[in-house]
Amino acid sequence: MKYLFYPGCSMQRSAKPYLDSLKLVEKTLGLESVDVEDWNCCGATEFSSVNRTASHAIVGRNLALAQEQASGTDELVAACSACYLNLSKTDHFMREDADFNALVNDALSAGGLEYEPGSVKVRHSLDIIVNNVGYDAVKEKVTKPLSGLRVGAYYGCMIVRPDVNERFSNPEEPYELEDLLEVLGAEVVDFKMKTQCCSGHMTQISSEVAYDMIKQIVKPAVEEEIDVLVTLCPMCQLNIDAFQNEMNKHFGTNYEVPILYFSQLMGLAFGYTEKELGIGKEFVNVSPALAKIGKTTEEVPTPKKKKKSKSDPSLPMPKMPIHYRGGS
Amino acid sequence: MANSKTPSGKPRIGVYVCHCGTNIAGVVDVEDVANWSAEELKDIGVVLSRDNKFMCSSQGQELIESDIKEFGLNRVVVAACSPHLHEKTFRGACERAGMNPFFCEMASIREQVSWVTKDKKKATEKSKSMVAGAVNRVVYHEALEPIKVPINPTTLIVGGGIAGIQAALEIANTGHEVYLVEREPSIGGHMAQFDKTFPTLDCSACILTPRMSEVGMHPNINLLTWSEVENVDGFVGNFDVTIRKKSRCVIEEDCTGCGICVQKCPITVIDDEFGVGIGTRKAIYTPFDQAIPNYPVLDKENCTYFIKGTCRACEKFCATNAIDFEQQDEIINVTVGNIILATGYDLFDARKMPNYGYGRYPNVFTSMEFERLCNAAGPTNGEIVLRDGVTAPKSVAIVHCVGSRDKNHNNYCSAICCMQSLKFAHIVYERTGAEIHNFYIDIRTTAKNYDEFYQRVLDEGTLFVRGKVAEITDVPQNEAEEGKLIVQAEDTLAGLQRRIPVDMVILSVGLEPKGDSDEVAHQFGISCSSNGWFTEKHPKLDPVSTMTEGIFIAGCATGPKDIPASVSQGSAAAARVISYIEMGELELEPVRASVIEEICSGCKICNDLCPYNAIIFIEDKQVTEINEALCQGCGTCVAACPAGAIVGTGFSNEQILAQIEGLMMDFSVPEVV
Amino acid sequence: MSVSAEFNNKQSYTKIKDLPGFNLIELVEARTPGDSRLEMCIQCGSCGGSCPSGKDMDHSPRQLFAMLRAGIVDEVLESNAPWYCVSCYKCYVRCPQEVKITDIMYTLKTIAISTGKFKVNEAKDFSETFTGYVEKYGRSFEFGLSTRHSLRHLPMTVSGTIGLGLGLIKTGRLDITPHKIKNIDQLQKILNRAYELEAQR
Ligand SMILES: Cc1cc2nc3c(=O)[nH]c(=O)nc-3n(C[C@H](O)[C@H](O)[C@H](O)COP(=O)(O)OP(=O)(O)OC[C@H]3O[C@@H](n4cnc5c(N)ncnc54)[C@H](O)[C@@H]3O)c2cc1C
Ligand code: SF4
Ligand code: SF4
Repeated sequence: MKYLFYPGCSMQRSAKPYLDSLKLVEKTLGLESVDVEDWNCCGATEFSSVNRTASHAIVGRNLALAQEQASGTDELVAACSACYLNLSKTDHFMREDADFNALVNDALSAGGLEYEPGSVKVRHSLDIIVNNVGYDAVKEKVTKPLSGLRVGAYYGCMIVRPDVNERFSNPEEPYELEDLLEVLGAEVVDFKMKTQCCSGHMTQISSEVAYDMIKQIVKPAVEEEIDVLVTLCPMCQLNIDAFQNEMNKHFGTNYEVPILYFSQLMGLAFGYTEKELGIGKEFVNVSPALAKIGKTTEEVPTPKKKKKSKSDPSLPMPKMPIHYRGGS
Repeated sequence: MANSKTPSGKPRIGVYVCHCGTNIAGVVDVEDVANWSAEELKDIGVVLSRDNKFMCSSQGQELIESDIKEFGLNRVVVAACSPHLHEKTFRGACERAGMNPFFCEMASIREQVSWVTKDKKKATEKSKSMVAGAVNRVVYHEALEPIKVPINPTTLIVGGGIAGIQAALEIANTGHEVYLVEREPSIGGHMAQFDKTFPTLDCSACILTPRMSEVGMHPNINLLTWSEVENVDGFVGNFDVTIRKKSRCVIEEDCTGCGICVQKCPITVIDDEFGVGIGTRKAIYTPFDQAIPNYPVLDKENCTYFIKGTCRACEKFCATNAIDFEQQDEIINVTVGNIILATGYDLFDARKMPNYGYGRYPNVFTSMEFERLCNAAGPTNGEIVLRDGVTAPKSVAIVHCVGSRDKNHNNYCSAICCMQSLKFAHIVYERTGAEIHNFYIDIRTTAKNYDEFYQRVLDEGTLFVRGKVAEITDVPQNEAEEGKLIVQAEDTLAGLQRRIPVDMVILSVGLEPKGDSDEVAHQFGISCSSNGWFTEKHPKLDPVSTMTEGIFIAGCATGPKDIPASVSQGSAAAARVISYIEMGELELEPVRASVIEEICSGCKICNDLCPYNAIIFIEDKQVTEINEALCQGCGTCVAACPAGAIVGTGFSNEQILAQIEGLMMDFSVPEVV
Repeated sequence: MSVSAEFNNKQSYTKIKDLPGFNLIELVEARTPGDSRLEMCIQCGSCGGSCPSGKDMDHSPRQLFAMLRAGIVDEVLESNAPWYCVSCYKCYVRCPQEVKITDIMYTLKTIAISTGKFKVNEAKDFSETFTGYVEKYGRSFEFGLSTRHSLRHLPMTVSGTIGLGLGLIKTGRLDITPHKIKNIDQLQKILNRAYELEAQR
């Protein structure tokens, strides 16, 4: 499968390991991705705080470039949640609102560009991997299963919300990432904070508010004995990783929850080395967690569904769909 | 009537333009329209034209009558409101004066003109065109005689909830036969699952079961439970219905209802139907003790004999040999004159709102689970406890509007949940003394004695928080929250974001149309609203009828409502049926479509278009036929037939073309047809 | 001159509040792409209850909407709430009336800036510094990098970290110059036209 790829600013620098590992994963899965030529910043969450029209116009430029450069594909893929959302939202609003479409195209015309809404399909890398490549094809490439590693899928916000194109199963309880991690052989924990905010830009605005939110993610992860959180967003990775220590200082705690990109875990399962995948640059040391891979931990007997004894007074639980991993 | 209804000679048309107070006259220059018609349309046959303040008044109707007699009118055009409202009135006036009522035509210059514009000049012009169209058309009208159909006095009622029960008893008590078809093993519907009913708090079983046994014993009621309607043919007065009576593996004639089979059955399964997943039942069971009828049903999916070929414990112990493993479904054909659909509702699936944690957190319950929990005949014998089956909750949160009034789910108010939530608050207060929080958006207690009930619950100390619950979690943020369910909401009145730790949460899930309501509606030739509730003929003035004659609706099948309203509708639908039965025969509008067999090419294009299922294809003749009684004269097929083989009485090509011509008439040069 | 100030001058800020017939609620609706559905709010509080920043906001989104309806301008534009919005879209997907809450929050911020009403300087500075870089280079300064930098190399008191980090960026002492895109001219033309257009909305 061939598609255009929008890397975004974060993946050039602080989230470089995300890009590097993703490129390796794409290679293994036979995905042919071509970077959009001369793309500009998507504006993150900041440009739309300053000027609405301009914030969408700059995204419009990226869409217009993608439309121009598309050959043999109409899929535009991003891996950063904010980039993905900004691209989808601008396209969506332009489709939905004719006046807004005219507005953005008016701005674009100043640069000699034009974008026809809907002409590129904005997708996230995870969406491509689970829905186009498919779990079975991924499974075939797994050479080093992640058995023994307790992982928590951490989606954050913007990949599943507002999900204008309805690509994911649920805005609050999606299951695609968990299913993927299971295919990689990891032990997937029902991480209840999986779509909770990492604090976004609050680290830059009010550290107290930010630390509180980060704690809300990290504490339950520790309580669930999660070895590593798995993310698909540079911002989530940054906030949970780089600010964990500060957060600990603030609250007098000593939590230690490493966080990696999903592509890094895929890469490990596909047999790439930690170095190739950019692992080791984290603030929270991930080595102890990764050392568990392949080691069958002391046989924690998976709580077998024991038959309800006659004297057990408890009431049955509601039946849940197959993807559901929670419950007690 | 003795006098000839066919006008002799040239058309002599009277035109009446109604003011409708200021409804029409405020926008349309009615006098001008009347004068213009008299002048410009006289060549077509208008002999007089008048305007009048209220044509529908008795004075207005008498005017038509006397004009017909005095001026020898043989056609009448009334330019007034929509024919939906007063066509009958004016046709009646014509008939009283000895004219065939179908020589009367209306032009809707209120709904289609004065109510939709403020432009007086254009409104007046459009009114003139519409009058011209009607005048042009009425010339081609023919005398029609109403179609008469005899009414079979037997009635079919589908759904044995409280609404269906009420309707069945009302009809049966007048001496007429009823078939009551219920899908489940017992009648009773949702009401049978409750412990107490608001606002009076009487015991649900105590008021329901006497009605149920009355149904079971009634000589005029043929009760068919564990049964479903498979097919419906025919039309008002004469429906042919095929019913499948599913095999119970129990011979009803021999069963005494002793229950020994149930007792001896070794298989216990979770009861997902009546017990909503928190109760259990055996593989052979009656859903509850007072079930009517009380013959058990054998659940083949869970029965060891059907799975492994051994067991037959029930058979061994049955004293009357009433167990029959080989019993087959039975097909029953009945002919009925009228049908009442009282199929009730389903409940919103709380798993669609993962932020409320139903299914994830054991102590989040749905309202129906709670009804079972506090029911003396429920899984805990009425004891209000957590999912562990033993611990009494010390604090309970009751969440209103779950899945209702929510564009992401059901875009309507479920009407009963406020009262049901208040009822729960009272029951929890009375039986556990727990601290109670009710989370609501608005409290809607509009019916008799409902707000008084709210006052009572306030007085009992229930804490009301005005805010739609955002989420329910068990992830604590502080010590007080450890081990609790935390309900997070904005207390909109205090202006605070609050997290309230509780032991138990009850979700007041909304009411939804039955999952199969679309198929059922199609089967009976009626329609559903976009939400899926059955559509009434008129939401205010005819709430228990449908657009299909002879098919009536009652209870929650038409939309969420409480028991008093469901019962009222059951009675109302019964009254409509009884009046049809008493009439003996029904006069149907003769405005109908029919197929000219010789022209029909058998292309079947029209076959699926009829909204009333009136079209059938005659295979041996390879032509289409239209059932006169089912056809409502909508004209869809007439327009669709490529061969022009379908003609409509009351909307023939001539009539329609003449009307169009009239509508497009050039005002300056009146055309002579 | 700081980067942000340099670029802010380029923006044609209209003094919206001085315009005759200034109506904040209408302006918000006009400037929010798509249908904001602001007028559909039933004040249920689902947004305020869902918001992870909720307890630190001066007003919940719901309260802001009520205030907008009441014709309150200054207090709304001065509120910290839009700036504390983390764009998590929880409220957005839960709102029973499908009010585009997060988008309205963005619009409120833009109006607070253009009317000079904002109170949360850090947030505004941060946004403007960020956009300043985009305007100049077509790429952002990528605050992740700056954060990493300052946390790694400049350990200091917790609360001071960020402010200082930002300060360093602004004064250009931290070498984090973004890549410049090739066709920066084109982007700037588009931006200038967009600023003009926004001012007319
Ligand atoms: C938790 C809860 C508590 C409530 N408490 C109260 C209260 O205290 N007081 C009050 O006034 N109201 C209460 N209500 C409302 C009350 O339940 C309804 O008003 C009432 O049950 C409606 O009766 P019904 O006959 O219309 O529908 P139902 O009770 O739903 O009965 C419909 C029947 O039709 C059958 N059926 C459906 N489809 C078919 C088919 N195709 N073929 C054959 N049979 C079919 C069903 O099996 C069922 O037996 C409560 C509702 C809920 C959810
Ligand atoms: S959730 Fe929606 S309807 Fe409810 S208060 Fe917020 S904006 Fe208004
Ligand atoms: S999107 Fe903004 S306002 Fe809405 S819940 Fe998230 S942080 Fe709060």
